[in-house]
Amino acid sequence: MSTKSLRTAYGEALVALGKDNKDIVVLEADLGKSTMSILFQNAYPERFFEMGIAEQNMASTAAGLALTGKIPFISSFAVFASGRAYDQLRQTISIARLNVKVCGSSSGLSDYGDGSTHQSVEDMAIMRAIPNMTVLVPVDAVETRKMVKAMVAWPGPVYLRINRADLPIYTSEEGEYRIGKLYTMKEGKDAVVFANGVMVSKALEAAKALEEKGVSVKVVNVSTVKPLDRQAVIDCARGCKGVVTAEEHSIIGGLGSAIAEALRGETGKRLEFVGIQDSFGTSATNYEELLRHYGLTTDAIIKSVKQVLK
Amino acid sequence: MVSPALARKLEDIALRLREHIVADLIGAGKVGHLGGSCSSAEIVAALYFHKMRHDPRNPALPERDRFLLSKGHAALVQYAALALAGYFPKEELKNVKCLGGMLQGHPDMTRTPGVEANTGSLGQGLSVANGMALGLRLNGSKSRVYVLIGDGELNEGQIWEGAMAAASFKLDNLTAIVDRNKLQATGAIAERFEIGPLAPKWAAFGWNVIEIDGHDVNAVVKALDEAETVKGKPTVIIAYTVKGKGVSFAENNAAFHNGPLTAEQCAIAMGDLAKLRN
Repeated sequence: MSTKSLRTAYGEALVALGKDNKDIVVLEADLGKSTMSILFQNAYPERFFEMGIAEQNMASTAAGLALTGKIPFISSFAVFASGRAYDQLRQTISIARLNVKVCGSSSGLSDYGDGSTHQSVEDMAIMRAIPNMTVLVPVDAVETRKMVKAMVAWPGPVYLRINRADLPIYTSEEGEYRIGKLYTMKEGKDAVVFANGVMVSKALEAAKALEEKGVSVKVVNVSTVKPLDRQAVIDCARGCKGVVTAEEHSIIGGLGSAIAEALRGETGKRLEFVGIQDSFGTSATNYEELLRHYGLTTDAIIKSVKQVLK
Repeated sequence: MVSPALARKLEDIALRLREHIVADLIGAGKVGHLGGSCSSAEIVAALYFHKMRHDPRNPALPERDRFLLSKGHAALVQYAALALAGYFPKEELKNVKCLGGMLQGHPDMTRTPGVEANTGSLGQGLSVANGMALGLRLNGSKSRVYVLIGDGELNEGQIWEGAMAAASFKLDNLTAIVDRNKLQATGAIAERFEIGPLAPKWAAFGWNVIEIDGHDVNAVVKALDEAETVKGKPTVIIAYTVKGKGVSFAENNAAFHNGPLTAEQCAIAMGDLAKLRN
């Protein structure tokens, strides 16, 4: 299976969209070589603003640009985009639904070497809790590219959570990305796994292994975490005895919580969360090692599926 | 030169803004940000009633100049100015902070015609103004951006991020005004959290600095005019003011940063303002 960098897809998408849409402007806080917003700088330097290492000022400046009709994209590591600039995203941008797009790059544990200060275990929870904020988590480079296009067309603030790693491409080049749609990656009838980001591939591997043992597992890519179509979640889980969520994020406030909120009141189903158990990240020598350390594995999903089907 | 007629007009408007703040926007027995609203009355009067291009019948006029109240807690003075200019009926002033009303405790662009952005979480307005100035420049617009900042607000680190950025991007279509009333919520700035000399700080950050008496309408107008002529860098006007200006018992008194006014105090305040008119 071919892999591609989601970050590169982000930068390339900005360049492609910026060609015809002159309202797109890009702001960066000295991480352009990591977030790949540098591709936009190279293409359209007059619409790129290096803001220095000052994420708060970057976010509020983007608000001002949006107020003059621009469509600003700001990028940083997810931990800083969601944490350092939280109040700015909340106060001026989200309350007034300003058209600011936020890229939280190197999200989750994917910046494996840099440790807890640079890894985001709670950014989905923080962004999801802000009224008016839309939260997207692409599964691969193709979905990333389509999402950036959808973000431009979508009015109001959007948070895009991008993994640092090159990930396998699961989604098709065909069609457009629809914000709010749940994408079923594999059909199944006994249990359903709601996953996003890097955990979709683990869920698909788990489903394949379980299928060989006679357990039929549906896998749904929840790449729009907010707004979450509650009825669609209920429909996906219909007929399944068990529900598992899988996310590269704390189990507090992220995808698992969102699915649990959607399924409230649905009886006769067991629910398990695969995610980080209320702890910070840590340094490791490679990404897979770190995912294993926090139990973000195919085996953990298999175990959880068995648990909910008991 | 500022004509005597213009000076008289702006002084009269500043008084009317204060009267609306005391009688309508706070009122007997209620709480409101009297101090920081009164300290900036001449500045706000000069902007809305002389300097800025704007149209109360068309708040979205593309060619308009923009005003941001970074010290959003002084919303009362902006609301009074907007009502007086005709953005909405003056009767609305009495409904400030009422459930469902158009006048929130802090400026809200989604509810109030004439308000350009949601401000009030301190320290952020200068950065928003920078973004507007950048966007207007990209659009080839001649419009200017004005942002009013409190001196207590200068404690916020983001102000200095914004100060660096405005100079770095050479935003000469931006004028910041610091309402230097020397009091913050809990008392005198010099006693609570000393911030040292301001003019050298802004100059060192790359700004053109003008210092004025912020209650002298002639000085305010001249400073705003001068700011417009400076090219290649942003201008900051440090306006030395008196918190609670015009209301005898509130002047230089931190208790009226956001304190209650009794009926008696309201009457005294209106009497003070009436005396200033005569």
